[in-house]
Amino acid sequence: MAIEQKVLNCIMCPMGCEITATIEAGVVTGTIGNRCPRGAKYAKDELTAPMRMLTSTVRVTGGRLRLLPVVSADVLPKGRILDCAEALRSVTVDAPIHAGDVVCPDVLGLGVDIVASRDMERA
Amino acid sequence: MSGTYDIIIIGGGPAGLSAADSAVQNGAKKVLILERDREVGGILQQCVHNGFGLHHFKQELTGPGYAQRCYDMVKDRPEVEILVDTMVLEVRTDKTVVAVSPAKGRLELTAKTVILTMGCRERTRGAIRIPGTRPAGVYTAGAAQRMVNMEGYLPGKKIVILGSGDIGLIMARRMSLEGCKVQAVLEICPFSNGLTRNIVQCLNDYDIPLYLSHTIVAIHGRDRVSGITAAKVDEKMRPIPGTEFEIDCDTVLLSVGLIPENELSRGLGLTLHPKTSGPVVDQHRETSQPGIFAAGNVVHVHDLVDFVSDEAEIAGKYAALASLGQSPAVDRVIEVKPGAGINTCVPQHLRLGIEGENVRLFMRAAQPKRGVKLVITSGGETVLTKPLAVVKPSEMIAVDLPAAKTAALSGEISVAIDEGV
Repeated sequence: MAIEQKVLNCIMCPMGCEITATIEAGVVTGTIGNRCPRGAKYAKDELTAPMRMLTSTVRVTGGRLRLLPVVSADVLPKGRILDCAEALRSVTVDAPIHAGDVVCPDVLGLGVDIVASRDMERA
Repeated sequence: MSGTYDIIIIGGGPAGLSAADSAVQNGAKKVLILERDREVGGILQQCVHNGFGLHHFKQELTGPGYAQRCYDMVKDRPEVEILVDTMVLEVRTDKTVVAVSPAKGRLELTAKTVILTMGCRERTRGAIRIPGTRPAGVYTAGAAQRMVNMEGYLPGKKIVILGSGDIGLIMARRMSLEGCKVQAVLEICPFSNGLTRNIVQCLNDYDIPLYLSHTIVAIHGRDRVSGITAAKVDEKMRPIPGTEFEIDCDTVLLSVGLIPENELSRGLGLTLHPKTSGPVVDQHRETSQPGIFAAGNVVHVHDLVDFVSDEAEIAGKYAALASLGQSPAVDRVIEVKPGAGINTCVPQHLRLGIEGENVRLFMRAAQPKRGVKLVITSGGETVLTKPLAVVKPSEMIAVDLPAAKTAALSGEISVAIDEGV
């Protein structure tokens, strides 16, 4: 059975560990170089079904500022990130907003909410 | 708003907010934060991406989320007063602070200590002298970031980014998410100046080419940018004739470095370091002027806000102690010198008492290297070594000197990269 090694840079935190993953029959069987368990999970996901967080902004009405920064509550499939960003372009919310409020539930039916990154008081 | 403050903090970004929180925890009773923008939080408010806070808050946050956490720590503290829309014009050695605001006019405030947390500014087209015409559509990456993420405008549709600093990389992804086409990122160095994770998730994810050892040799366009000429550079960063090629674009974003913002520090006559461009500080972040402290990007440009908060907490604590007349006694001053392979080291000196104290040193490597050892020596003796798998100029190195080690120091220490591992 073919044993393959792939080198990838972890993106879970700014440490950016360089991970060497061992792949046997399409399955990640080991990782070296990651300084925490998140790295092992990242390597497994990245080599099978890559996932990414999404951050963007949505329009706010009645707020102190015109835009509200938002973040996905969890990772989304990498291949759907641009679709999700496009979906957020048509979302408008009303102030006041609190950090963590859901601004777009279950984005594109992917099971992940988009939430506010910060408070937004009324103007 | 009257009487003498224990501490006046210049700048309400993460450094200023963290310093204020730490100052109150260490006994300061009257703290004022002066912020020139319409709200506190600093540049974090426009950094809508995530990746902040893993070290400091043990939680992954967005920039605004990190700013919110910092603000939440101080907003209900009766000891902390915040003035926004307030621009500081002058800080004097007697700790008088002159400021203006539309609401309050000219203010002359006094304090026992001052903490400088003004952050840094972006280098501009003028700083790197790009030849060509002067059309609209040339922005610093941070200015474009503010337009896109806070004001709700797109600076253009077809983008070339010069410089692979983190803001440039983050903006490459941000513009892609907003439906723009990022044609290329050009980097004059043979290596990227951004975090590796940002090359992966901001460029590779969106198939954006990164041209290392390349720069812009001309910007074209009369009223609006119509394109650029790129060229490869030699090892001395000079464009190589014959390697030029054209890239079509309507916008050029510059991510070509940050400079600590030290106009007020210069006005104070503080000793500035030629390489960090920030005030020379001791381990408590006290500058060359007693009672004037500094922390965060105004001291040296950080790559992680988490380290900015850590540093600001130190400055806040010792500014509070100084304002209470409880500064620790100083027995000796130990200079910290960058040795082989190290470009900068902060703090630049340690002011130690008879007993040692735990000190964290922050360094930047001069060149990217693999499998090296950080070696701290004093008078020919090795004080501490730390193996490092990878060093990069873009990623700050932090090393802790425990109290037992600093207690034994008597002369200058040198921090170097040993490649012979």
